[in-house]
Amino acid sequence: MSSSNPKATRRRSGILTSETINMSHGGGGKAMRDLIEDVILKSFDNQELLMMEDQARVDLSALTKLGDRLAITTDSYVVDPIFFAGGDIGKLAVCGTVNDLAVGGAIALYLTCSFIIEEGLPVADLRRITASMKLAADAAGVKIITGDTKVVDRGAADKIFINTTGIGIIPKHINVGAQLAAPGDLVLINGYIGDHGAAIVGARGDLAIENDIESDCQPLNGIVESLLAACPQVHCMRDATRGGIATVLNEFAISSGCCIKIDEAAIPIRTEVRGMCEILGLDALYLANEGKVVIILPRDQASAALAAMRNHPAGLHSTIIGEVFSTPAETVILKTVFGGERIVDMLVGDQLPRIC
Amino acid sequence: MKYVDEFRDPALAQTLVREINELVEVIEFSKQRPIQLMEFCGGHTHTIFRYGIEQLLPKCIELVHGPGCPVCVLPMGRVDDCVSLAQRPEVILTTFGDAMRVPGSKMSLLQAKADGADVRMVYSPLDALRLAHENKNREVIFFALGFETTMPSTALTVLQAEADGLDNFSLFCNHITTVPIIESILNTSDMQLDGFVAPGHVSMVVGEKPFNFVAEKYRKPIVITGFEPLDILQSIWLLIKQIAEQRAEVENQYARVVASRGNRQALVAMERVFELREFFEWRGLGSIDNSGIKIKDEYARFDAERKFAVPNVKITDPKSCQCGDVLRGAIKPWQCKVFAGACTPETPMGALMVSSEGACAAYYNFGSLPELLALKLAREKQEALP
Repeated sequence: MSSSNPKATRRRSGILTSETINMSHGGGGKAMRDLIEDVILKSFDNQELLMMEDQARVDLSALTKLGDRLAITTDSYVVDPIFFAGGDIGKLAVCGTVNDLAVGGAIALYLTCSFIIEEGLPVADLRRITASMKLAADAAGVKIITGDTKVVDRGAADKIFINTTGIGIIPKHINVGAQLAAPGDLVLINGYIGDHGAAIVGARGDLAIENDIESDCQPLNGIVESLLAACPQVHCMRDATRGGIATVLNEFAISSGCCIKIDEAAIPIRTEVRGMCEILGLDALYLANEGKVVIILPRDQASAALAAMRNHPAGLHSTIIGEVFSTPAETVILKTVFGGERIVDMLVGDQLPRIC
Repeated sequence: MKYVDEFRDPALAQTLVREINELVEVIEFSKQRPIQLMEFCGGHTHTIFRYGIEQLLPKCIELVHGPGCPVCVLPMGRVDDCVSLAQRPEVILTTFGDAMRVPGSKMSLLQAKADGADVRMVYSPLDALRLAHENKNREVIFFALGFETTMPSTALTVLQAEADGLDNFSLFCNHITTVPIIESILNTSDMQLDGFVAPGHVSMVVGEKPFNFVAEKYRKPIVITGFEPLDILQSIWLLIKQIAEQRAEVENQYARVVASRGNRQALVAMERVFELREFFEWRGLGSIDNSGIKIKDEYARFDAERKFAVPNVKITDPKSCQCGDVLRGAIKPWQCKVFAGACTPETPMGALMVSSEGACAAYYNFGSLPELLALKLAREKQEALP
């Protein structure tokens, strides 16, 4: 949303008349200004953006009161399709980046937002996406304070790609890290796994599988804040997106040099998601989530943590799914419902491409 | 979940395990050497690992994971041929997902796609047919793979293409047939197998009769088996019971799906479209007579091998791979020299590491712990040596 003349901006408000995005909307001229003013500024609506400077300006002293470390994260969103049950690429772009801040224990404050749009995208779709981003940002209590818009030729991108960068502050007493899991710790999750992956499969429709599963796409900063207030001694915390909980658990096991044992019977999975996995031969442990956080914390804090999590709308089905052991190091083991045990390794390729 | 959880009941599993333990007591030879049972089908291998079935069994029962993963046993030369088809500018090459990663001598279909070939993943050959209808100016080729399980749907697709009058659809046919490979395993000199868990979905098509020779000629028990963990455990129980009672019969554990005469309509469609190839090369096992399937002359226009100049590349398997020994049950996957070293699911050298249904990949991904840990220790020791 880089500059134009601020005085002109105040005098007239640009109106976007065309029904689809074309190359001129990325050309830096009047058409682009109309797009930015009519769609983006109107949707995101905040003081920092309305300044229309080339950069957002943030007061440092306000930040330092919140903590002692700046947390910065960035992510690009290329999900296909751009609209799906339970969300869309815009909601995903806000929640995904907010969640990457939250799981580091940071208070999420600001987002940047960069659009790469393929010419021909209906303006109505863009409005729907920006409105959804605003809703998600409000729900998470963050502001989208600067951004950029590029339009590329048909075929050079697929409909719309979004990059968001998040900025947050980590409070002094919080210290969360993947290397901190210790033998005896318990493993918790805030609800059903695999909903996002299953919803995307349903929305693509190319597998001729119909389902009513909604993506779990949601900001996690609220539940993480409640959790950290109840149990500041959380050891590890990561949102289980691409690669599912299996990948996150492997990352913890490797970084901490420990063994994580999970109990298949304890892992919450919706019947619909299980059914879809059975039919398609997918493993829900590797299915993507967009609103699930895997937590490892000292055993004696588990009940306080569960109480805090279940008390939050994003954690009604929170539960304990496993335990940390010292050996065999760097290994995740699943106790199967059948009574056997097996290793849960990292995935080699993709179960499903372009999931977020 | 209904119709699923019933087949994964841990209490029933314990009962079966108890009875299996009692039965092996009366099998005298199991005190000298393990009872070796082969599950032929990759789907069974996957279930066995996924549910940790081996660890539930008494130590004297060894499961040998057979060659029934069609993706794994596809020779590298055929993958190269497929890549060269995919690289033709007029071609849309369609395939099942797990065939994408199979390495050829130069590249996989996945790499060919990245380099610009139009390779598309489908879930049914009928999806490929739809693509042919939608892209009349392109040639749509379906990379047909698999045993009798997938053959009927490919045959029906060819018949449908004929009925639709399509001239831009063809098959690159790599179907293989089950019986000759089981027979070739039974004929190897160092074969020690004591019984077979027979493929459920192949049997659904062909019925029970084609497996009679295993019991009659080779005196080995064989049980047609479903794909849920309790199915497999029950079949192992049936096999052990036959061994204990010194019987050798074909039994059908999967009667809820498999009719003893098979599926008439499927067999008719296959008969119309396909015939045996004299020879077909298997990765890791070499050439096996009458084990491959080709398209009959009447349907030659749907045969990509005849429609396009397929180079018909022959590539020998890497010498260090011991896939053949693993497939015959002579060694365990982790005893292979290159297992988890030069050969991993990321960079598979041998056939069995290629698909998640391959015995080595299954060991690597889901491996039974004591063996994997022993291997890790041995490797570390080896590395520590000057």
